[in-house]
Amino acid sequence: MTALAAAPLTASELEKIRADFPILSRTVRDGRPLVYLDSGATSQRPRQVLDAERAFVEQHNAAVHRGAHQLAEEADEAYESARARIAAFVGVQPGEVVFTKNATEGINLVSYALSNSSVGKELLERFALAAGDEVVVTEMEHHANLVPWQELCRRTGATLRWYRVTDAGRLDLDSLQLSDRTRVVAFTHQSNVMGTIPPVAELVRRAHEVGALTVLDACQSVPHRPVDFAALDIDFAVFSGHKMLGPSGVGVLYGRRELLEVLPPFITGGSMIELVKMEGSTYAPPPQRFEAGVPMTSQAVGLGAAVDYLSAVGMERVAAHEDALTERALAGLSEIPGVRILGPTDIHDRGGAVSFSIGDVHAHDAGQVLDDLGIAVRASHHCAWPLHRRFGLAATVRASFALYNTPAEVEALLAGVQEVRRFFRVPA
Amino acid sequence: MKLEQLYQEIILDHYRNPHRQGLREPFDAESYQINPTCGDEVTLRVALDGDRVADVSYDAIGCSISQAATSVLTDLVVGRTLDESRSTMNAYMEMVQSRGQVEPDEDVLQDAVAFAGVSRYPARVKCALLGWMAFKDAVGRAAEQGNGAHQAEAR
Repeated sequence: MTALAAAPLTASELEKIRADFPILSRTVRDGRPLVYLDSGATSQRPRQVLDAERAFVEQHNAAVHRGAHQLAEEADEAYESARARIAAFVGVQPGEVVFTKNATEGINLVSYALSNSSVGKELLERFALAAGDEVVVTEMEHHANLVPWQELCRRTGATLRWYRVTDAGRLDLDSLQLSDRTRVVAFTHQSNVMGTIPPVAELVRRAHEVGALTVLDACQSVPHRPVDFAALDIDFAVFSGHKMLGPSGVGVLYGRRELLEVLPPFITGGSMIELVKMEGSTYAPPPQRFEAGVPMTSQAVGLGAAVDYLSAVGMERVAAHEDALTERALAGLSEIPGVRILGPTDIHDRGGAVSFSIGDVHAHDAGQVLDDLGIAVRASHHCAWPLHRRFGLAATVRASFALYNTPAEVEALLAGVQEVRRFFRVPA
Repeated sequence: MKLEQLYQEIILDHYRNPHRQGLREPFDAESYQINPTCGDEVTLRVALDGDRVADVSYDAIGCSISQAATSVLTDLVVGRTLDESRSTMNAYMEMVQSRGQVEPDEDVLQDAVAFAGVSRYPARVKCALLGWMAFKDAVGRAAEQGNGAHQAEAR
């Protein structure tokens, strides 16, 4: 990441943004104002996204890529326009963007397309995996970027290997050497637990040096900072709509055009075909080849509106704002006795997910006290169980920020952590 | 909803000073249960003496609710017959899954009535059940094996 020169959001800009999110003005647990610090799990949606979804359903609803009537034309236009804006948002071509149910499905799509390349007489040398081949991940992956690769290895006989994580929560690049049998290197763009941003350029360089495909889990980066997949030179990348102010039920798989053009499908059926005969079928060019069945439409339109919303604010400014919040949270938490932060404690190459433990208080108990104060955090292993095991913890409390969070909410979190210490008598 | 209704003193006392903690031998059956959402786990052993629960021993990682619930469980079942234990277990499970709708019988549940507040927090019900599910499973296994045949060595 390069240094960001953009200014954080001003108080009046922030107030205006917050007014766009109806849920942020509700109260919880006996009338306490909601302090929503769980955007890493799912973000909240602005009126503009809700309005776009509703307008589509009320005015243009039809099954896309099927009809020739006026509504069908309008639905196609809305769906493809959303694809084009989302593609531009991450620096790629519309034909390189595949809509999926979520990021998890996107990673499964790639892993199943690879194993579909590995069997039968249609075997594709370029993608085929066999015993002796290697799939490489990291110890800091979300289960969504780990379990599908474990399963791919089980199906093909390939071996799973992983980069380890240092005590400071950084990727240990010396913990693993790639080989000419390494076929896939899959890694996160930003840890959903520690916020760590790994050295993407170096990982891509090493992978391409041995001819391996690269797969980037960008769920925690795309909503929070400018991301350009083409500039990163990545082969595949995924992200989720619901973590970036958009609806649930829509995610994105980016694939480099020349790869998508030769990759076999994962889910098959209607919409993804070129020619169907009883004996067999041929398939449509990408992205349609990877979008079997009637796709989600109002969700894609809503995600298009979310991208418009983020672009209007400006991703450099979103990043600057969230960096400022994260920096304050890290500094404040570091000063509280008994608090242990997982991962980097400074803002360098780090995003706005802050996971921590408080003395020997279990994360569930800490989360309960915070919830009682109206503060919504996640108390869990955050779908990164191996990472927690590596740090000797069952679970942590995670605060994660989005563009609508305020400095006052960070202070509320810090005060809440002190209340956890008081309630459970954590020694100073 | 007040925090003190959930974390009653009885619960915090059992959490800080758990009863019958640790794994002991001999035992008739063992159960390992996990809560996949938070990674909490419990290994629990049951030793029977004929129709009676002679001992319950356990090793657990978990929040105050799950730790205290397992501690209270041992108080309620050790020394009782299997039938009595099962009926206490059923009353407890009914209470914590009731969303606050069941008035607990203090004669039956004793210290465990403190967990009535948990039933109002759906996300925490699993915590209150972890040790009890292990007990239920272990008793079931012990019954399958027939009474009295202690396992000499664990695993």
